[in-house]
Amino acid sequence: MIVYLNGKAYEAKPEETVLQLALRNGIYIPNLCFHEKTGKAAKCRACVVEIEGVPGLKTSCNLPVTDGMEVTTNSEKVLQAQRMVVDLALSSGQHDCLSCEQNGNCELQDAAYYLGIERPSFQLYDDDYEVDDSSEFIRVDRSRCISCGRCVVGCNETVVNEVINFGNRGFDTKIIFDDNLVMGTSACVQCGECVQLCPVGCLIDKRAIGSGRTWELEKVETVCPYCGVGCRLEVHIDRKQDKIIRVTGVEDSPTNNGMLCVKGRYGFDFVNSEERLTTPLIKENGKFREADWDEAIALVAGKFSDIKKEFGSDSIAGLASAKVTNEENFVFQKLIRREVGTNNVDHCARL
Amino acid sequence: MKSKSHIADTHKYNFNYENRVVLKNSGIIDPENIEEYIGVGGYKAWEKVLTQMKPMEVVEEVKVSGLLGRGGAAFPAGLKWSFTAPLKAEQKYIVINADEGEPGTFKDRLIMEGDPHKLLEGTMIAAYAVGASKSYIYIRGEYTLCISRLKKAIVQANEYGILGENIFDSGFNHEIEIKIGAGAYVCGEETALIESMEGNRGTPRSKPPFPGVEGAWHKPTVVNNVETIANVSAIINNGADWYKTLGVEGCYGTKVYTIMGDVELPGLCEAEMGTSLRTIINKYGGGMKNGKQFKAALVGGAAGVFLSNEMLDVKMDFNTLKEYEAVLGSGAILVMNEDVDIVEMLWSVIRFFRHESCGKCNPCSNGTTVLYNLIDKIRKGKGKEADLDELIRISEAMFLTSFCALGQSPLMPIKSAINNFKEDFLTKIK
Repeated sequence: MIVYLNGKAYEAKPEETVLQLALRNGIYIPNLCFHEKTGKAAKCRACVVEIEGVPGLKTSCNLPVTDGMEVTTNSEKVLQAQRMVVDLALSSGQHDCLSCEQNGNCELQDAAYYLGIERPSFQLYDDDYEVDDSSEFIRVDRSRCISCGRCVVGCNETVVNEVINFGNRGFDTKIIFDDNLVMGTSACVQCGECVQLCPVGCLIDKRAIGSGRTWELEKVETVCPYCGVGCRLEVHIDRKQDKIIRVTGVEDSPTNNGMLCVKGRYGFDFVNSEERLTTPLIKENGKFREADWDEAIALVAGKFSDIKKEFGSDSIAGLASAKVTNEENFVFQKLIRREVGTNNVDHCARL
Repeated sequence: MKSKSHIADTHKYNFNYENRVVLKNSGIIDPENIEEYIGVGGYKAWEKVLTQMKPMEVVEEVKVSGLLGRGGAAFPAGLKWSFTAPLKAEQKYIVINADEGEPGTFKDRLIMEGDPHKLLEGTMIAAYAVGASKSYIYIRGEYTLCISRLKKAIVQANEYGILGENIFDSGFNHEIEIKIGAGAYVCGEETALIESMEGNRGTPRSKPPFPGVEGAWHKPTVVNNVETIANVSAIINNGADWYKTLGVEGCYGTKVYTIMGDVELPGLCEAEMGTSLRTIINKYGGGMKNGKQFKAALVGGAAGVFLSNEMLDVKMDFNTLKEYEAVLGSGAILVMNEDVDIVEMLWSVIRFFRHESCGKCNPCSNGTTVLYNLIDKIRKGKGKEADLDELIRISEAMFLTSFCALGQSPLMPIKSAINNFKEDFLTKIK
């Protein structure tokens, strides 16, 4: 299927939208509410384009491609409309980039940059909004909210925690938690999906505030160490301090589709903790002393051998954790069955 | 039953009984008594379609009649039905939009209060035509008399076997339920209405899919306005050709208007499509109140246009008004005399839009607030002439980008007020 974008022909996939086709081919159309995961919302209205033979403008995020479609994304009519839409969004809150955590990673900033908007034309900022700092890991600053609805869809349809929704109407529309509780007392489990989906600086990782701009941090992709699900995550590291600043889920991961749980996303403070064990410890005379792995493993293996010799194989049992991987579980039962010589091996998921 | 003296009173004011289709029985029969409705020929059309017509013939008859939707958008009703009728679905719905929210519009209210069975009959005919076994009447909560009369009417129709199972031994079943709205203007928009009916936040849905294909609970749903449906039984009884003798080419039938403001006899009238504004004001509205001069009329509600006296003799129908960049909308006519300040009127219209914006899309929720701030500034004498261009520029962008008709609507009153009554604005601008 051929679709023309600004006069040039592109091969389009039948299931995609005009916005997806354009972005895939490096043609930027301002968009604030669309996200591959939360889908087309057509709420922000920034992605309007002109279609040959269709009056008015159409939002490209919910417009399926059709063969031979001629799309204009950069005519003066389109740009003027986009400029007004983005200008209104910018005017709707306190979108100051200077110390915003999302600076450099903000989709509103990207749109304003593309359209050449220096500062908002209108003054709509409603300074009644207080920052909701009640929850452990997430700061909610509604003066930066553009009501894109991604967090609402993410909370209700992606992770299905059903905590966030819209409250009030019109200009006073805002995201609320449960029955308009502060986030800290709501049923929110702090999975941080909303933070990851937020295109602006409304929902942010509280502990990362002031700890480093996105372009200063090195992003390293890895697998979450906590449990056996194997969520792929990206660790944002400040190399100067060798410190993890934040963790995000990898969006195209087949395991977790960008989602993480509270541990995976926010439970990384142990990494640099002074209390963290970095070597095995052996207790002698009621006191721990540092040991190396060979010594520690030899000690444990020796004690198991002694027990086995004295009381028989069946005096030992192994219990594995559901949080380790299948491969680790396999190796563990192998150890108990073959080396210890007993079938006394079980798994906490059966208890 | 209305007293005879009541009828005599209305005749004194020379009301237009001669042209009535929709309001034919209103004020004449007892709306709470089904036998009176049957006595004036009610439910004849229902019997006719069930016993003599195939569903597609009903669709065709309404299509040929050229009946246009009376909610404001003027979409051909028969065409709408023809999208849903051929669809194979385990369930289809008819939804009657009785959420009459356009300021100054109360035609649907008086249709339902005066002749609830007429609405039920039209609803059943529409349901038969598209193959829907269930209909909902989504009605605004303030209309308590309508709700109680419709409920009574539904009970009576069930008792008489006009509604229910195997009606007139035709094998057709139908059930009508009333859903009560909670007072949001945007819920008059069909997809927001459906969202609200399903129990969700009343905000519009993306189209396509259109409700005719995927509407309430994802089932094909035809949403029609009360007045549109109230025309259907007359079309079936008298035929599409008869209907086309009323009104003007391309816009047939009558229109129920609500006349308010500085006229002698504010209220309701039904006139043929194409009747001029002058006739409506003078003949049915009793002329200007206290002999004052006509200055403007806001036609079509808040989402309407401010017409000046140059438009008094233009034919009022959907197509002609479009040529003049005006709309008929829901048929509300707010008449203003020489003392009225158009800036104040526009301020009130924009304040309404700001209040009713649902908050779903950015251009509308923020745009209506920007517009309100600007008009408020002008109203307080702090505006500049450039603010007038700004009002038009912003509302034009909103027209191009807003999700639904609500955000697209401010352009019409703003543009018409500024273009037709610029003097009013300039006197406020020092």
